[in-house]
Amino acid sequence: MIFLAKKFPLYVLALFLLVFTGYPFLYMVATSLKTQEEFFKAPFSIITSISFDNYFSVLEMGLTQYFVNSILVSVISVVTVVFISALASYPLSRMRFRLNRTLFLIFIAGMMLPIHSTLIPTFMLTQKMEIYDTMLALIGPYIAFSIPISIFILTQFMQEIPQALEDAAKIDGCTHFGVFWRVILPMMGPALSTVFIYNLIHLWTEFIFALVLITSPEKMTLPLGLQNFYGEFSVNVPGLMAALTLASLPVLLVYFISQEKVVKGLAGGAVKE
Amino acid sequence: MQKELQIDAKPQVKVGTSVKVKRNQWNKLLTISLFVAPAFIIYAIYVIYPIFATFNYSLHEWNSMQSEKTFIGFANYVELFNDQIFWTALKNNFLVVFISVFVQIPLGLVMALMLFAPIRGIKLFNTIYFMPFLMSTVAIGLLWVFMFDPINGTMNQLLRMLGVEKWQVAWLSEESTAMWSVLLVIVWQFAPFYMILFKAGIVGIPEELYEAAQIDGANKWKQFTHITFPLLMPTIVSSSILAIVGSLKTFDLFYIMTGGGPNNATELMGTYMFKQAFQIFDMGYASTIAFMMFFIAFIVVAIIQVMETQRRKKGGYL
Repeated sequence: MIFLAKKFPLYVLALFLLVFTGYPFLYMVATSLKTQEEFFKAPFSIITSISFDNYFSVLEMGLTQYFVNSILVSVISVVTVVFISALASYPLSRMRFRLNRTLFLIFIAGMMLPIHSTLIPTFMLTQKMEIYDTMLALIGPYIAFSIPISIFILTQFMQEIPQALEDAAKIDGCTHFGVFWRVILPMMGPALSTVFIYNLIHLWTEFIFALVLITSPEKMTLPLGLQNFYGEFSVNVPGLMAALTLASLPVLLVYFISQEKVVKGLAGGAVKE
Repeated sequence: MQKELQIDAKPQVKVGTSVKVKRNQWNKLLTISLFVAPAFIIYAIYVIYPIFATFNYSLHEWNSMQSEKTFIGFANYVELFNDQIFWTALKNNFLVVFISVFVQIPLGLVMALMLFAPIRGIKLFNTIYFMPFLMSTVAIGLLWVFMFDPINGTMNQLLRMLGVEKWQVAWLSEESTAMWSVLLVIVWQFAPFYMILFKAGIVGIPEELYEAAQIDGANKWKQFTHITFPLLMPTIVSSSILAIVGSLKTFDLFYIMTGGGPNNATELMGTYMFKQAFQIFDMGYASTIAFMMFFIAFIVVAIIQVMETQRRKKGGYL
């Protein structure tokens, strides 16, 4: 009994935090399974009836298109950014040259930059290049703004690869690119997956650039599409909740499948082992 | 692939060593440029150039995209410093910074400590606690708009259940509560992130320290204040830096939930800039706000850097 009494406050706190973090998800999913009538009658009941109608109707109303767009834009951007950041990280972390430190700092400084201070020129540039309101408009800024954190993480990992391996490869006749491609990259698996996950989740949820550079509904990414939904169907709460649940599902699913990797990826450069 | 090697391998009888060194150096420079170029070019187009362009625009009167820009020097900045809304926005931005550092981070620490508490179900807690950070900010904003709904929303329902109907408020549409409501959501979203950082920090503390402390008769609280907390100081410092820099950039949640309203009560530099640029189309003035955002972030980071260097010189965290 004394034992239990001692732990009681701990359990209360743990449960309080559980409700605080978890309840909104419960509310979202529970509401998404209701019909409109049920929602207005009993907005807080956890389970009334389970119907997936809302899910099918939001998918038909354009959510599928948003999904496709988001997948396309974020995957293309992430693959590109991982590759070009790895390329740039190689000389930055493993070669001595005069502007090395300066160049590194210029790249890293991008992490603190408010996106707003680049918004208007990017908007103008996109219009001049005549790619405004296309997927292409998003890919450029997405890549550019993912470069700083990617280089920051990748250079840290690359520095730790022993010089001896590189020297051995060079004696065997490898050029710098050969060393990079055959020696360095194969050893960067964990770092590359960290960078990949970090950027993928951040671009999957990116909003400002999409808001400024995309206007037609059929080209919208998921976050922008959700906001658009809200404007059009603000009365249909269960429908909107179904859309929110669907939109959150991919990241949550990946998280449930490989929790460790996602957590490590999201903590990015902040957690080193 | 073999190109570089061939150049080196050529018997260079007549060529002097200085030429060879020069050629080698030129080769090295070329290699470096080729490696860095793809990233640098994109970065220059979408990050470096826009900052200069924003500054240039901010020196112009430029009221719509069709009209011509007229150079007006620093007149926009004078206007900005006399703009009450800008000061409100700046104040709100710093309120977000303050709440992030003094609420989110401590809550993140508490959540991380819970994950090491001697209770059952840790795995479940761990999984659920982290979930808010995985949702997109737009989805979070929309979800909480309905949680704060005056009639059907959870918050007011909770108050009704507790029998304090009088306290029911239209959370997001009243000036006195809107800011705090959004701040609650920010805490909800980001506390899990700091939890993860602290969790990693706590795992890194050697078990022997606690064993030794127990032998010396230190209770849990003493163990926390004398071992856990001091050893987590590096994590606290880096979390605070992330929180400060991140908070100055905040936009999505406020844009979705309140749009800066009611009556500018939740205006941030970001939302104000967005309104000026893409709703009123006063591009010159919007660029001025945008450049101030850059400038403020720059100053804050510079201050942090100086403090970090000072701290390193002293060699300690406390």
